[in-house]
Amino acid sequence: MNTSRMFTVLRTDLKQLRQSRDFWIPMLILAGLFFIVFPTILLLAVERAGQIDLVRQIGETLDVLPRQVQEAVQGDTPEVRAQYAMAVYLFAPLAVVVPLTISTAIGANTIVGERERGTGEFLAHSPASEREIYIGKLIASILPGYAATLVGFGIYALIVNTIVGPDVGGWFFPTPQWWVLMLWVVPPFIALALSVVLRISARVRSATAAQQASGLVTLPLILVAYGQSSGSLLGVGGGGFWIGLVAWIGAIWGLARGARSVSRERLLGADHRA
Amino acid sequence: MAEPVVQLSGVTRRFGQVVALHDFSLEVPAGTVTALLGPNGAGKTTTVRVVTGGLRTEVGTVRVFGLDPLRHGEQVRERCGVVSAKPALYDRLSGFDNLLYSARLYGLGNTGPIEQAAARFGIEHALGYKVGTYSTGMKTRLALARAVLHDPELLLLDEPTAGLDPESSRAVLQLIDEMAGGGKTVVLCTHLLLEAEGLADQVVVMDQGTDLIAGSPGELARRFWPDLVVLLDAEDRETLERARDFDGVSAFERNGHAVVQVPELSVVPDLVEFLTKQGVRLTRVEPHVPTLEELYFAVRQRRRPV
Repeated sequence: MNTSRMFTVLRTDLKQLRQSRDFWIPMLILAGLFFIVFPTILLLAVERAGQIDLVRQIGETLDVLPRQVQEAVQGDTPEVRAQYAMAVYLFAPLAVVVPLTISTAIGANTIVGERERGTGEFLAHSPASEREIYIGKLIASILPGYAATLVGFGIYALIVNTIVGPDVGGWFFPTPQWWVLMLWVVPPFIALALSVVLRISARVRSATAAQQASGLVTLPLILVAYGQSSGSLLGVGGGGFWIGLVAWIGAIWGLARGARSVSRERLLGADHRA
Repeated sequence: MAEPVVQLSGVTRRFGQVVALHDFSLEVPAGTVTALLGPNGAGKTTTVRVVTGGLRTEVGTVRVFGLDPLRHGEQVRERCGVVSAKPALYDRLSGFDNLLYSARLYGLGNTGPIEQAAARFGIEHALGYKVGTYSTGMKTRLALARAVLHDPELLLLDEPTAGLDPESSRAVLQLIDEMAGGGKTVVLCTHLLLEAEGLADQVVVMDQGTDLIAGSPGELARRFWPDLVVLLDAEDRETLERARDFDGVSAFERNGHAVVQVPELSVVPDLVEFLTKQGVRLTRVEPHVPTLEELYFAVRQRRRPV
């Protein structure tokens, strides 16, 4: 494989995304809502609500968590404990939903978009191999979502440390489980989703169909990722590691199969002619 | 004899029930311009795609530079430049970035002759603008610049002048002329016969995925019109009937003026002398070289010459 050509495809796709404000502005808003706006509002609401129902309910929720998790929740008052639990456990799935949503939206359009615009013809006649094109487009689909998530995660860490930190003895976030989640669990789930989405993108006739089909196919995957990401934080005994390992195996299998879905005939749209 | 640059032999390709190519054969010698002529759906685009290895064939063999484009696609495509029927450009990128993309894919790095290629087609001033703002003619010029950026040995042009203004069309034809003059091989798909007139060393007339006829324009003209065609006109057109009595005339048609066929050019002065002696006051004597258009329609009407 010629990595230079693969990076050329990757760079060009990213450059096109950068030029598409109509795409990345809504995605930035999505990341901002999930990582900044909602957590800030909820944490401040709990802080100022005092002993009202919301805090009581969160307190009750903590009772059903594993003992080790209950012991890990810090804070002297119910409000602080509720804030801590929300910051560390409740918002965890957002770390998965945001990159999956962004990457799926990009990936769904990546191959069918070439075909719709007619640029697939250029790629099909170019010296780039199908594998170089596939991997270049795959990474170009993963990077924006994951980068947005890492940046959002950093801002989220600042927010929760600023709001909750003073009540629990200083900066406490990210916890070790969050590092595992962000660096070990989230990436394979994005790759797994994209292995499905790129196959769809290579097969359907239009970008609209790709978006719809990708949404349907990846929704269950997002739900699984949502549950597993919570599990990786709540789980004990290295739960996150095992969840990540299984996800990596699934992602590698999916990507290996997905690589075969990109063909020159599909880039040319010749597979649909009849 | 040198190996043909493109060699298709008995190629068949279907799309579902539609036969795009059927037992199609083609040989393109090095350094020549070959025009694939035919109506829409004749199989011209499929031929280009098969040549670069973009499409698989069901039956038959394909060799480009002596290589199988499906097995050695990278080596084949590195030596080809393609201008497809649609310019296939990235609208959101600038003209420069479109050329840079191609330069990098073809291994020219960031230092490819981008400015020179753009200047060759008169669009260097627009390289900084997004392609989405280009006119159709500018897009085609950019696509041409991109196709020749890596100095390909084989240039494949699929309806390159479709929808173009006269200036842009001329740029395309000039490119073909230059490429051919520089020893490159060109395959031009078109249904615009004037486009191929005077450029093509070889003409292949296609219909429904098959080659109806192939050869040089002169050779094909001789196959359809073995004798020299001469247009005659006179003050009194009725007197032109007397040409029938001349020994060398093998065919005679009247359509207002007269069209006669004689074995060769040297017979024409004798014919003129004969008619003058017969009292015919000639106003026009014009040996006629059949145009590609006439040839094309003759092929399509008769399907095969007798």
